Amino acid sequence: MSELVIETHGLSKRYGDVVAVDNLDLAVRQGEVFGLLGPNGSGKTTTILMLLGLTEPTAGSVRVLGLDPARQPLSVKARVGYMPDEVGFYDELTARANLSYIARLNGLSREESARRIDEVLERMGLSAVADRPVATFSHGMRRRLGVADVLLKQPQLIIMDEPTQGLDPEGARGFLRIIHSLKEEGITVLLSSHLLHQVQAVCDRVGLFRHGRMELVGTVTELAQRVLGSAYRIRLQAEGPVSTLTEALQQLPGVVDVQHQGDSRYQVSATSDLRAEAARAVVSAGGRLLGLDVEAPSLDNIYARYFEEVEHGAEA
Amino acid sequence: MAPKLKDTGRQRAREGSPWTGLWVVVAKEMADHLTSVRMRILEVLIVLTAAGTVYAAIRNLQETVGQDPFLLMKLFTTAQEPLPAFVGFLGFLIPLIAIALAFDSVNGEFSRRTISRILAQPIYRDALLMGKFLAGLFTLALVLTAIWLLIIGAGIVGMGVPPSGEEVARSLWFLLASVFYGGIWLALAMVFSIVFRQPATAALASIAVWLFFIVFWEILVGMVAPILRPVQFNTAEEILAQAQLELALTRLSPNTLYSEVMLALLQPTVRSVGLVLPIQLHGAILGTPLPLHQSLLLIWPQFTGLIAATILLFALGYVLFQRREIRA
Ligand SMILES: Nc1ncnc2c1ncn2[C@@H]1O[C@H](COP(=O)(O)OP(=O)(O)OP(=O)(O)O)[C@@H](O)[C@H]1O
Ligand SMILES: [Mg+2]
Repeated sequence: MSELVIETHGLSKRYGDVVAVDNLDLAVRQGEVFGLLGPNGSGKTTTILMLLGLTEPTAGSVRVLGLDPARQPLSVKARVGYMPDEVGFYDELTARANLSYIARLNGLSREESARRIDEVLERMGLSAVADRPVATFSHGMRRRLGVADVLLKQPQLIIMDEPTQGLDPEGARGFLRIIHSLKEEGITVLLSSHLLHQVQAVCDRVGLFRHGRMELVGTVTELAQRVLGSAYRIRLQAEGPVSTLTEALQQLPGVVDVQHQGDSRYQVSATSDLRAEAARAVVSAGGRLLGLDVEAPSLDNIYARYFEEVEHGAEA
Repeated sequence: MAPKLKDTGRQRAREGSPWTGLWVVVAKEMADHLTSVRMRILEVLIVLTAAGTVYAAIRNLQETVGQDPFLLMKLFTTAQEPLPAFVGFLGFLIPLIAIALAFDSVNGEFSRRTISRILAQPIYRDALLMGKFLAGLFTLALVLTAIWLLIIGAGIVGMGVPPSGEEVARSLWFLLASVFYGGIWLALAMVFSIVFRQPATAALASIAVWLFFIVFWEILVGMVAPILRPVQFNTAEEILAQAQLELALTRLSPNTLYSEVMLALLQPTVRSVGLVLPIQLHGAILGTPLPLHQSLLLIWPQFTGLIAATILLFALGYVLFQRREIRA
């Protein structure tokens, strides 16, 4: 029980007729990196705001670090770092002055805050620009200052809303490295994002949101099993009688589906990487193997397939 | 820990003081105000006005030095054509400063996208709003006190007469009234900065209300009072009733309240700020100054009215801000 850092039961938020979050049961464990995924307007930001007590839930209960954000907001906010999707600073103040305000709001002493500010600026590579007004900062520098701001209070849990939004590829990779290092320090991280390969690279588990509901939760492999039915796709090019080859492939253990896609191309869906077995089956069935390729499960596929399916389901 | 929470039970019970972090906010906001270009401009404006009017007043008063026991008061109230007296200018300048201090106080945090970052720190919204209000009020008080000191200094240097204790006391009360008069406009501009997303809209709305009370309110009262209390038979009661209604209505304007307070405090000979019936003047020796506590008693309702209006407007802003959706 106590290892759950975030725990919600039946959490809902309605804005008039709009149901932003619908009956959410979320459980995030100590020390994991959890990703919230979903299309625009699916309720990710609303969920985050309710976790912080910045928005009042219409129904349901929330526990963050064992505390209730509605009744113990000060304790929760002293332990949780939040980086909003659009993080803003006082432009006319320097980076250091901006952080110093946050440090004072957290009740840090003068020496302690000076020490921590130097530390986090150093860590985020902003020491050289610490005394420049934030107005002169680029988007990426502001984002890094946002992380510095979050780290200042030495949080147990960090919540980031679309942290890599608007960053160049190198900047985004840097960000993922930071998240990795936070995880190594034992900090629990909850983040929302649209950038699937990044989420896949950094998250232990993901939750897929749609219309305010979290419809799927689990590791990427688990989701792949559930959504794609099979996690691996083997693309194969072989010449020979179509029906014979198809049959030979289908008989392999672990193969879920075989599709002939014309032009001597086949797609085999399987629960594991069956390249070697598939090659042998083609050859022994008298086919000429021309090409073989495997695609590991990717969140992109899961995401695309999942939303394709549910939209079709909704139409039918 | 969990069962203990259930015992304390009630939904509304929040931990800690709502004012946690209040003084941090006040300090930050005041530093912002005092270094802002906006305040520099207003300070220059008010210093120039004070210098001009007080210089004119000193030249005007030099003949009567030594005869008038309330010379200092005259510095504030003496007008020399074409210039109005300094207090006349204050009626304009204070709302202007107050509105300038507050019109972007809340929506500015939204448009800079700092609001969710600040409210994610361990403070309540109460502390943020109150901190911003107090910082505005303190800044206003600071500016007005500086001007007050400048004027007293100019009076001593210019006329060579030190002010009496009573004069200083009266002008200090006047200073206090001026701060609360500013408080009304500060709270009003703050309400608009919560209601409107755009700082420009909030500024315009505040200025519109201010103009309404300065220009149109008296005209409106002059039109409405005869409709509500018509004078048909020209009896004394009818005329009195109409005049009383008119007075009551004009007192809804903070400008009226402030000018009445100003009048009674700075002109000790003023014995009444409303309607005067001959019977009330029975036994009064006209032209003799009232002692300070009598003058204060005279305008006590106006004084508390200024404070009450400030508190009411702030409370309105507080309610609106608590309900406000925080989303960058
Ligand atoms: N203040 C509000 N009033 C009415 N509806 C709102 C309000 N805030 C959010 N919503 C609605 O709630 C739903 C969820 O919004 P939310 O911002 O949580 O989505 P999101 O998943 O964060 O989207 P994005 O990926 O675009 O950031 C949307 O349909 C949105 O229109
Ligand atoms: Mg969002």
